[in-house]
Amino acid sequence: MAHLSLKNVGKTYGGSNQAAVAGVDIEIADGEFIVLVGPSGCGKSTLLRMVAGLETVTDGEIRIGDRVVNQLDPAERDIAMVFQNYALYPHMSVRDNMAYGLKNRKTPKAEIEARVAEAARMLELGPYLDRKPRALSGGQRQRVAMGRAIVRQPAAFLFDEPLSNLDAKLRVTMRMEIRRLQKRLGTTSLYVTHDQLEAMTLADRLVVLNGGRVEQIGAPLEVYRKPASTFVAAFIGSPAMSLLDARFENGQVMVDGHALAPVGNAPGPVTLGLRAEDLRITSTGVPMRVDYVEELGAHRIVHGAIGDQPVAVVDNGGAALAETVHVLVDPAKLHLFETSTGRRMDTRIQAEAVPAQ
Amino acid sequence: MQKIKPLDHLILILGVLFLFVPVLMTLMSSTHGAVEIHSGGLYITPGSDGAATYAKVLTHRGGFTGDVTGLLMLTNSLIMGLGFAIGKIALSMMAAYALVYFRFRFATLLFWMIFATLLLPLEVRIMPSYQVMSTLGLLNTYTGLIVPLLASATGTFFFRQFFKSVPDELLEAARIDGAGPIKFFIDVLVPLSKTMMAAIFIIMFIYGWNQYLWPLLMTTDESFYTLMRGIKSILQVWVGSQIPDYNEAFALAVLAMVPPVAVVVIFQRMFIKGLTESDK
Ligand SMILES: Nc1ncnc2c1ncn2[C@@H]1O[C@H](COP(=O)(O)OP(=O)(O)OP(=O)(O)O)[C@@H](O)[C@H]1O
Ligand SMILES: [Mg+2]
Repeated sequence: MAHLSLKNVGKTYGGSNQAAVAGVDIEIADGEFIVLVGPSGCGKSTLLRMVAGLETVTDGEIRIGDRVVNQLDPAERDIAMVFQNYALYPHMSVRDNMAYGLKNRKTPKAEIEARVAEAARMLELGPYLDRKPRALSGGQRQRVAMGRAIVRQPAAFLFDEPLSNLDAKLRVTMRMEIRRLQKRLGTTSLYVTHDQLEAMTLADRLVVLNGGRVEQIGAPLEVYRKPASTFVAAFIGSPAMSLLDARFENGQVMVDGHALAPVGNAPGPVTLGLRAEDLRITSTGVPMRVDYVEELGAHRIVHGAIGDQPVAVVDNGGAALAETVHVLVDPAKLHLFETSTGRRMDTRIQAEAVPAQ
Repeated sequence: MQKIKPLDHLILILGVLFLFVPVLMTLMSSTHGAVEIHSGGLYITPGSDGAATYAKVLTHRGGFTGDVTGLLMLTNSLIMGLGFAIGKIALSMMAAYALVYFRFRFATLLFWMIFATLLLPLEVRIMPSYQVMSTLGLLNTYTGLIVPLLASATGTFFFRQFFKSVPDELLEAARIDGAGPIKFFIDVLVPLSKTMMAAIFIIMFIYGWNQYLWPLLMTTDESFYTLMRGIKSILQVWVGSQIPDYNEAFALAVLAMVPPVAVVVIFQRMFIKGLTESDK
């Protein structure tokens, strides 16, 4: 149990002139569950492996508890890691897999047995303790990998896409299981995934990475409701937030020549972000061409375009749709971004919006 | 299921006969007397002298010193075979471990240099090797017989390829689990390499077992005679009207076949088991 602190951490691989990770600052409280999320190649694994000690840190400082660990071996860092392909020792039984790390640390035999038994009970691995990993299903192997981490009682758990080799249904179950275990053990955790749904459901706080830099840090709902940039807006949420070119006229935000909502004034073009569930199909409003409809049972997602800019709308109705429908949005739920930088800009708009009303 | 085709079977049966009949003839002829063989050629039916010939071959004291028995030669051959197999496996595993897991300069170059020695058979370097052993005073010792031939490019190459196929995460997991380089080697790599070791054991045992030229050079003391030399020396008595002891040569040849066959049978099981039950 410990807090984790990353100060201006960066990594440039030898032979590459571009940093894989740069200027990452994160303070992680004791017992917090942090999820690193981002598209492929954004440096999530690199960052996690630096914390684990599997990659050297070329910039900045990593602390686990009160120790700077930059120069320490993985084994001395008091962390445990769960790998995507589990990395179980194929020739050892489940029991030995879990006990190996403890044996190397010269833990007394009786204690090893007690800890393995406890982990096996928690993960319901009791019947499999004497099997080899190859005689287990993917989900069971995943649990053994978890067990190997748990028995060590480390200061922090590190997960690198631990669920991506499982099928969709098992992934959801294991996700809950991981979360439950982590809550119960109260171990600080750093979890890497590129699946935004996994990220949303697991995290106390999300860290969205883009090209090796932190794009936004925040609680999942905060990130969802107030994405700091168009990148985060497009990455978090499903279906992805629709981003449209827009501009202001007379205190109205205009899309494709139609006034969508009164929000205030700002010079120049902006990028307008619309979440599918914030849009309503009505008889008035901005006209939208319907391209195709995804029926999901509980609701449907209507994909179309305003002008030539694609938009998705969640619709609860069951009636057939005309070729062109009209959509409206609650002005409070608009997201506005500077077109040039992609940064969120609603504080300024809000300030200007008040006198406009 | 495929239909059984008579022609395929005919070809297979012919193949089996082609390989098996000479072995059978050796076995059968070894049970006949030397004179019978000399006049009647090879036999495919059992004779009556089998037990006596084999007992004589195993226990008869021959050679100039009168100390060389078949049993001694068998032991020597076994020492050569086992020494080669075990020594080569140990050495090439360690070499491959260094090449794959340690970052040092010129590792690739070194590997290719080792690999290139595959092109140089023993015969090419037999004189310098002999010279070195002679200077070290290791002529007529098991050490001198075995050690100079232990470095194995083949073994190093196979183990290197195998180690490269072991997922990196396994090493990383072991590092996090607190296993240092030696522990990782012994606790993870060695057990994972079992099938590879079995395969190389088969090859190297037979290689060592069949050595002829090197022992011939290295040892003058008859107590280091191997089976291969024994067979040869029986056939060398072709002087005057004396008939070589064909039956004894055949018996020795049969004896010489037994251990390699046993090694293949035992290790092949492990080998195939390892191939089918993927361990990684
Ligand atoms: N060993 C390496 N040498 C050089 N560059 C590397 C190395 N490993 C990763 N990189 C580069 O660093 C960047 C970040 O890689 P990283 O593996 O951290 O991505 P990731 O976010 O984990 O992606 P994914 O979701 O696909 O696993 C990539 O551009 C990658 O090409
Ligand atoms: Mg990755």
